[in-house]
Amino acid sequence: MAEVYENKLTRSQIEELAIHCENAELEAYEITKITDDFPNMTYKDAFDIQWEIRRRKEERGHKIVGMKMGLTSWAKMAQMGVEQPCYGFLADYFSVPEGGEIKHDELIHPKIEAELAFVLKDELKGPGVHIGDVLRATDFVMPAVEVIDSRYKDFKFDLKSVIADNSSSTRFVTGGRMADIADVDLKNIGVVMEINGEVVQTGAGAAVLGHPAASVAMLANMMAERGESLPAGSFIMIGAITAAVQVNKGDAFTVRYQGLGTLSGKFV
Amino acid sequence: MDKQLIQACGDELYQAMIDRTPVRPLTERFSDITIDDAYHISLRMLERRIEAGERVIGKKIGLTSKAVQNMLKVGQPDFGYLTDSMAFSQGEEMPISERLMQPKAEGEIAFILKKDLMGPGITNADVLAATDCVIPCFEVVDSRVENWDIKIQDTVADNASCGLFVLGDRAVDPRKVDLATCGMVVEKNGSIISTGAGAAALGSPVNCVTWLANTLGQFGIPLKAGEVILSGSLVPLEPVKAGDFMSVSIGGIGSASVRFI
Repeated sequence: MAEVYENKLTRSQIEELAIHCENAELEAYEITKITDDFPNMTYKDAFDIQWEIRRRKEERGHKIVGMKMGLTSWAKMAQMGVEQPCYGFLADYFSVPEGGEIKHDELIHPKIEAELAFVLKDELKGPGVHIGDVLRATDFVMPAVEVIDSRYKDFKFDLKSVIADNSSSTRFVTGGRMADIADVDLKNIGVVMEINGEVVQTGAGAAVLGHPAASVAMLANMMAERGESLPAGSFIMIGAITAAVQVNKGDAFTVRYQGLGTLSGKFV
Repeated sequence: MDKQLIQACGDELYQAMIDRTPVRPLTERFSDITIDDAYHISLRMLERRIEAGERVIGKKIGLTSKAVQNMLKVGQPDFGYLTDSMAFSQGEEMPISERLMQPKAEGEIAFILKKDLMGPGITNADVLAATDCVIPCFEVVDSRVENWDIKIQDTVADNASCGLFVLGDRAVDPRKVDLATCGMVVEKNGSIISTGAGAAALGSPVNCVTWLANTLGQFGIPLKAGEVILSGSLVPLEPVKAGDFMSVSIGGIGSASVRFI
């Protein structure tokens, strides 16, 4: 994909679009997808916008605490009309403590997804990273719930627009029980999502690209396209095991993980 | 419905199954058919199978997912009977052209009982104490009603749309697995098509068996030691045709597979 290496936007356009997308996130308002105005933009442009948002946050003193994969299920890709997964970064203020409260007013139209997180003990550097490399480099896995909140009106976007919007990242909760990778059947691990006590989604690890570790491998390989790697200690959320479920103010959620305990939180 | 009509409907559905020729829905022809009538029709259909030499080896629970219950506008599951002729072994070929009409496969957890369960008043603790083991299972549902055009009474009368089933070959003590969170992965011809977890069936497969024990208890019918109880699908139904290969794996339990010819 030559588009990965080519820019069609100028540096100043990329910077303007980064401000445009980040302001929508910070002030919680909807925007129309940026490819409407810049139909020629490339994947390189889209990732440049995301990395510029990341740079802006770091410049303001925020720490990047992890990475996330998005659109990792075939169902989700079909639902969103995109052809491949994407990644985003997690900033320090995205983190919500287990059992904590998430302020709905700070978000536009949040949805939650049940995921797993990998924490690395060794660096993963693509290209050519495969599931075996991921398992070898993984320190432990733990439950994670991601709150996504596309800044695009009605969650309607294409792949380039969503990449520029930091892959809809906004908040995450992690906790439950950590586990050695050898003790978890990652493909078959079941998750049950409940909102206000009602089961709303169930799924198993294989919903993520066939195997959760495949998602981490893909992330390492996509990062390598920019000369980046996943250093030891990286916290990586693999993408949704269940469909994303819309949440309203007042909703409490609990996600139960087979053998890994539960995670909960509340929207206030 | 009077006894004669119930018998005629049961005979018609039995014949439809034998001839592999679906019929128009009963609800279309008999608008006053009740769920109770439907269970009596199902019993007549079973009577015909027993007359033909089949033996009851268990029960199945259907309509355990919210989505299916909403579709049929019902707030409860239903059940049907399993006979020895419906049981296939792991890896065996399932001949659609001889046994089925419009089959769909669903991944489930089968319970094998070691003690009788007689409702009412059965709790989840009773079910777990009475369960010898759980086994991964494919139930292949089929409808004797044209185009699956069913209302609740149609499927109940038609033995809860039960077709055939395959049990995997790993049996696990229910103490060893969290039945509500165990994950399920279903693959068709090598592609992952759906995933789910135990809670997809009424919050837990155990809830389903408890419901069945208590429901049958009202009629004085026990679940018997040794019976196979199919506890309900954890994933959406998948239409299958000759040549398809389906496999299901369940976290902490094992896998089952079936090839259709």
